[in-house]
Amino acid sequence: MNQQTFMPSTETVFEKTGENTMVVNMGPQHPSTHGVLRVICELEGEVIVKCQCVIGYLHTGMEKEAEYQQYNKCVVMTDRMDYLNANGNNLAHALAVEKLLGIEIPRRGSYLRVILAELSRIASHSVWLGTHGLDLGAMTPFFYIMQQREYILDLFEMFAGVRMMPSWIVPGGLRGDIPSGFDAKLRKFLDEFPGELEIVENLLVENPIWKERTYDVGVMSVEQALGLGCSGPILRGSGLAFDMRKATSYCCYDEFDFGIPVGKKGDVFDRFLVRIAEMKESCKIIRQALDGLPEGPWNSSDRKVVPPPRTELDNSMESLIHHFKQWTEGYHPPVGEAYAAVEGSKGELGFYIVSDGSNRPYRWHERPSSLMNLKALEVLAIGRLIADVIAIIGSIDIVLGEIDR
Amino acid sequence: MAAPTAADERAEVQKLRAALPQGIVKVKDFRDETYVCLGKDDIVEAATLLRDDPDLAYTYFVECLGVDYSAWEHERDLPGRFEVVYNLFSIKNGSRIFLKVSADDGEAIPTLVGVFPGAEYPEREIRDLFGIPFEGNDPYPGQRFLLPDDWIGYPLRKEYPLGGDDVLFDLGQRGPAVEDVSMPHAGESFEGKTGSEDVSGR
Repeated sequence: MNQQTFMPSTETVFEKTGENTMVVNMGPQHPSTHGVLRVICELEGEVIVKCQCVIGYLHTGMEKEAEYQQYNKCVVMTDRMDYLNANGNNLAHALAVEKLLGIEIPRRGSYLRVILAELSRIASHSVWLGTHGLDLGAMTPFFYIMQQREYILDLFEMFAGVRMMPSWIVPGGLRGDIPSGFDAKLRKFLDEFPGELEIVENLLVENPIWKERTYDVGVMSVEQALGLGCSGPILRGSGLAFDMRKATSYCCYDEFDFGIPVGKKGDVFDRFLVRIAEMKESCKIIRQALDGLPEGPWNSSDRKVVPPPRTELDNSMESLIHHFKQWTEGYHPPVGEAYAAVEGSKGELGFYIVSDGSNRPYRWHERPSSLMNLKALEVLAIGRLIADVIAIIGSIDIVLGEIDR
Repeated sequence: MAAPTAADERAEVQKLRAALPQGIVKVKDFRDETYVCLGKDDIVEAATLLRDDPDLAYTYFVECLGVDYSAWEHERDLPGRFEVVYNLFSIKNGSRIFLKVSADDGEAIPTLVGVFPGAEYPEREIRDLFGIPFEGNDPYPGQRFLLPDDWIGYPLRKEYPLGGDDVLFDLGQRGPAVEDVSMPHAGESFEGKTGSEDVSGR
């Protein structure tokens, strides 16, 4: 066992393909890799001939940890995977566990989930828009759009008390209803956000430097994207209108009227336009969900999965037992496996859970959309300039917390 | 309810049965999803068939993942210790299918990289965390994927301890200490993990 093997060194691990080439190491502490991604590039002049992504710097073994936790305790780990789209992760996990249990939640619960998930999508895309601009030298959009994200985090704080990791969507429903005043504040945000987004969009969309850096860079065809397992805005940027919200219509998404933005060429600029348009579509969905928010319970009535409300505990012995069992032992899904996927902000985000009938998952796996999308970088960077790697990483929109887990 | 007959099966399963009469071990339906269990040498042919058939068009490779069934106490779909589950999606039909293969410890599974290039990363992840080699998918020999290159062991195997107590990081001999391996990990107890000896001594 060589003691030196963990020292970062490009020469010892990377095999060069050509004679007159140079190896350039980028990361893991590079500002534009959005975390701890290391990219090793082999250059001929300034053109990339080989590119290798080295990951794992943020590996925390969450899938192992989950095998030792009850189902409702796994929820908090899902936030920390794709920490920019925490509600989306919560939703995918909740749907997978519910599928395993065979329960459905009331429509109000689904509508509230849609609101939270779409807010998360806007927040996630906002961070992408700001940092993508920063990577390519446009600093101003970051300030405008991060202010908008701040308002979304304030909304999260209103119902969960937590800004980034709400863990509010749990198997069986939600942890609680939206608080009073949430509706008005959210409507105010929805009124203001499209205008603010337009300011940012106008800063970039007709900017000659921005166009120069993004036009015809990292072009990917639909077939290529599907074979690589790419999904989400990358796939749609290539021109295929595929969206899990339409394809499987989980969470009552079929009751909302919204479009799927698609690109034409599949370059970095198209992916940029697709994400911008998606944020506007998300605003539409949230407004429809707010207007049509049904009355009634937001949680499943299955007391084996959802703890009874506090008021019931004073009057009902059975509720007290359920409450006690719920927080000490949890629930026991039937033996089997289930996979449920949602359209996360980065692409198809799913959870595959194997149950052996105990109160802990036997195998708990997340379909990491960022990891599958990252493979595209190794392919798209070939033959491009080294400066384009920055643009391509930004357009893929990776979150290392989800890649390494 | 009458027992399902071959004619009720999904077209995908019927076509797979026709092409691989010996290969299909079991077909399972659970919670609206179909799992086709195959012999591991047939996986490339099955995936190619599903991808290239114009009516099926399973062109979108979603992912693949590993499961270690060594601590499983219920009925199994396949005999081997590990199962690798491939998740394919047909954009054309909006349908999903799962292919399952199994392998025992040390057995290699043919890689799907030739059919779906996106299989490279998840297969390397399975190799890293379970120790299942994929034949033909080792672009960087000697390197781990998620773990450091000098890490010992495969964390997602059931016998591998959760850790959380003492993990020795000395002289490149990474991995859990010997005493950890024999220790039961209830995962729930925080006894001895919080506070220090000073507190109890006071």
